[in-house]
Amino acid sequence: MNRILEVRGLSRIYGPGCPHCVDTTGPEADTNLCPHCGSIVAIHDVSFDLFEGEILGVMGESGSGKSTVVKALYFDQAPTGGEAIFFDGDTQHELFALNAARQRWLRNHRFGMVYQNPHLGLNFNISAGGNIAERLLMSDLMDYGAIRERAKALLARTEVLLSRVDDLPKHFSGGMQQRVQIAKALATQPPLLFLDEVTTGLDLSVQARILDLILEIQQELKTAMVVVTHDLGVIRLLTGRAIVMKYGRVIETGLTDQILEDPQHAYTQRLVASAL
Amino acid sequence: MTPPILQVEGYGKHFELHEQNKLIPSAHNVSFTVRAGELTALIGPTGAGKSSVLKGIYRTYLPSAGRILYRDAMGHELDLARASEHQILDLRRREIGFVTQFLHCLPRQPTLDVVAQPLFGLGVARPEARQRAADLLSAMSLPERLWSVSPATFSGGERQRVNLARGFIARPRLLLLDEPTASLDPATAECVIRLIEGLKAEGTAMLAIFHHPETTRRLADQVVELAPPPAVEAMLKEYA
Repeated sequence: MNRILEVRGLSRIYGPGCPHCVDTTGPEADTNLCPHCGSIVAIHDVSFDLFEGEILGVMGESGSGKSTVVKALYFDQAPTGGEAIFFDGDTQHELFALNAARQRWLRNHRFGMVYQNPHLGLNFNISAGGNIAERLLMSDLMDYGAIRERAKALLARTEVLLSRVDDLPKHFSGGMQQRVQIAKALATQPPLLFLDEVTTGLDLSVQARILDLILEIQQELKTAMVVVTHDLGVIRLLTGRAIVMKYGRVIETGLTDQILEDPQHAYTQRLVASAL
Repeated sequence: MTPPILQVEGYGKHFELHEQNKLIPSAHNVSFTVRAGELTALIGPTGAGKSSVLKGIYRTYLPSAGRILYRDAMGHELDLARASEHQILDLRRREIGFVTQFLHCLPRQPTLDVVAQPLFGLGVARPEARQRAADLLSAMSLPERLWSVSPATFSGGERQRVNLARGFIARPRLLLLDEPTASLDPATAECVIRLIEGLKAEGTAMLAIFHHPETTRRLADQVVELAPPPAVEAMLKEYA
């Protein structure tokens, strides 16, 4: 098996930053707010590897920095430190050394993202089909008929009624909006997909169908995924390995069943013990 | 004699519960070997750490002490206690199976898919994987009307057969079995025992915990008796 992503020492500090930021924050300090300069250390020194076709979970409570990790990797927010290498066939891309145009190219062609908030992933002013067409156009597919066929096939795959292809996303249910987001993210068949709390806030039955869909797609297309969630059920269902974050630091990493049955860190033990 | 597939040397496991500030001993100084085509049975009283040994080998538990030397299909030896997570995942996919005491499955997944799951993971086409699952389930006399529904509503015996079928289907080189016949009626238990004999004849190495001494006598080539781990204080002294 080959590596698809290698992340080393990823950091993101909001604020001016000072020499004390790192020492005075983190799980031991029980805060991510630097008392000296008031900066927020959202993440510090986050490192992990992701292999082809693998699903890695990033777990932790709100404010642990888990979303910041995927937002940095998807170029939504530039990190303040660290590096990430994306292995794409024979090519290696050092993500944060690329210029904006190359970053945009990777984002449009090789990465996909599904956000918790569909407003971030979808354009609410154009139809469901139009949203997917938009992504296909950015990835250089230009033929109108081909784009429309592709969009329909993707929506059918993610179980969106074809009669609703031309409807606006704002007229869709929350679960349906997530399906359109997934179809859009998959439009270019990216080898790497980021999922940021995609089922949070949805009804249980809708959650289950979307998670099943994600698993099916992963088995069909062998897409590597980074799944950010605070939900232990999602971690258990989707991921093979997981990292646990607290106050911006990785405090534990391991096989998912091991983290859930034999957690090592005090915080992970508390987290697992509080599962419903 | 064939070289062992698995050689466990001085395996120990204790849990450190930070919140309660407690150490819970689970297994202590366990050593044995498992060979291809043979079944090694673990016996001992409740609390002696039999399941802990199986989980340590599968790495659901992180071992606290000892080595777990495994010889893979290519003849390479590696210590499962220290192998990387990706190495473990790869071995779980291709070589090491685990039939746990209880079947965990999604209440919406049909039985046929539950059983075929390991083959899906190996990239076997779905129709073929389902066909092989169907063959196995009929060999284990699970009524065909149950194949399309989830095992969630099954009786203990039916559920355990599904669990076993899933463990057997990918023909692992090393199979870990945690009380596979405990909840079965005599006829079904007999059918499972014959399946295990069949796997042995095909060369599968097995490490098992059985509920009934009679089953151990029939199937085991080697029996390893575990003693309960010593109290924490004694254990700490030894590690210190």
